[in-house]
Amino acid sequence: MSGLVAALAIARKDLRTELRTKESFNSSLSFSVVILVLFSFAFDLDRESFYAISGGMLWLVFSFAGALIVNRSFARELPNDCLDVLIASPAPGWAIYLGKTIAAFVTLLMVEFISLPIFGLFYNIAWWHSPVMLALVIILATWGIAIVGVGFSAVTVNVRLRELMLPVLLYPILIPVLLGAMGTCTALFSDDPGASGNTGALQLLVVFDIVYTAAGLYMIESILVI
Amino acid sequence: MQAVKAEGVWKYFGDYPALRGASLDVEKGACLALLGRNGAGKTTLLRILAGLSKPSKGTVELPGRDKVGYLGHGIGVYDDLSATENLILFGQLLGLTNPRETAVKALDRVGLGRVKDGLAREFSRGMRQRLAIARAFLHEPELLLLDEPFTSLDDRAIAVLQSLLSDARHRGATIIMSTHQIREAMELASHVALLERGKIVHSGLQTPEMILDPGWLYRTYGEPQ
Repeated sequence: MSGLVAALAIARKDLRTELRTKESFNSSLSFSVVILVLFSFAFDLDRESFYAISGGMLWLVFSFAGALIVNRSFARELPNDCLDVLIASPAPGWAIYLGKTIAAFVTLLMVEFISLPIFGLFYNIAWWHSPVMLALVIILATWGIAIVGVGFSAVTVNVRLRELMLPVLLYPILIPVLLGAMGTCTALFSDDPGASGNTGALQLLVVFDIVYTAAGLYMIESILVI
Repeated sequence: MQAVKAEGVWKYFGDYPALRGASLDVEKGACLALLGRNGAGKTTLLRILAGLSKPSKGTVELPGRDKVGYLGHGIGVYDDLSATENLILFGQLLGLTNPRETAVKALDRVGLGRVKDGLAREFSRGMRQRLAIARAFLHEPELLLLDEPFTSLDDRAIAVLQSLLSDARHRGATIIMSTHQIREAMELASHVALLERGKIVHSGLQTPEMILDPGWLYRTYGEPQ
């Protein structure tokens, strides 16, 4: 119980700091919007082709935006040696990790919430056919990006080239979650959203989230204290 | 009764042994000054005691983390949170029953009561140091681990720290502080340990010679330079 209280306290602290500085949110959101605008000029596709790549395009943008957010997750503890104080506190390592993941998850969801209508507008894609299913996919895939990304943020926090290292480590691991999200979203944006095998992709996202959440929570102590 | 026991602690950084079988027994209520030159291993030993680093070999026995206060080289406060928010956060992590009330009292104690809602990044260096001191002493810990606590403090922060350390000693807390400033350490210390090249070469009660002549300890127990 005290671990969960600590996790929520750390999540609140990260979100409050983010609300005041907007350092991750602004960079992530502006990056998403710029990429969406640039892609819309870069490709001259017919409507069917746009629908065929829509899920892939959306999740590439979200995953790049996510990397910018998770990169700051543990790095924001470096000034004033705040990470030392967090680790020395009675909060278990898993609570620190969970709190930071919750904060990154909420921040990325906010970026996605703003980017999705912009995506629909620029590409003339009707993304609202199955709002519940779409919300479920976004929540599951965003949690997957956050839990793995924050874990690698802890691994690379003391690495000099962490901005470079984090994406190199992160994206290969995210392939299953991105494939699941891309496939499901492409199907949801199409005229017949119920036609494709959404269930299999959703199961993949659920299994990914469970496995990586459990593995991350189990291993984080040995990553933070060396 | 022992508050801290470290036995045969080794710590390697790559091939380099920063600690070479360091052993330490600290009685409950003692104030130990951990002395040693730069690179002797003081910070490494304190980081292991604080749970920030794992020993490569050896064992460490300590009270629970909720009973330990740690003040390291960095001030360990968040610039974008107010003084109160900083202390409330650590109060919550420490499991205090009323973190807000404890935070306000702690800020009054270190002379930051009037600026309790100001962001830490707007504070002067001395004020930030006092905020860090308030954080370390927030829960009246049974064990205080202080890494060169007097280094670069302003006079007001030194007075606050000395007062809090004195109170901590009166309530029976155990204090381990690494330091270069032998004179200030000797005013508080009941025990002294000397670290040289990763080994504790002397550990025992403070003696009058140490106060009269700060170099005496190094000449008597230290390795020849």
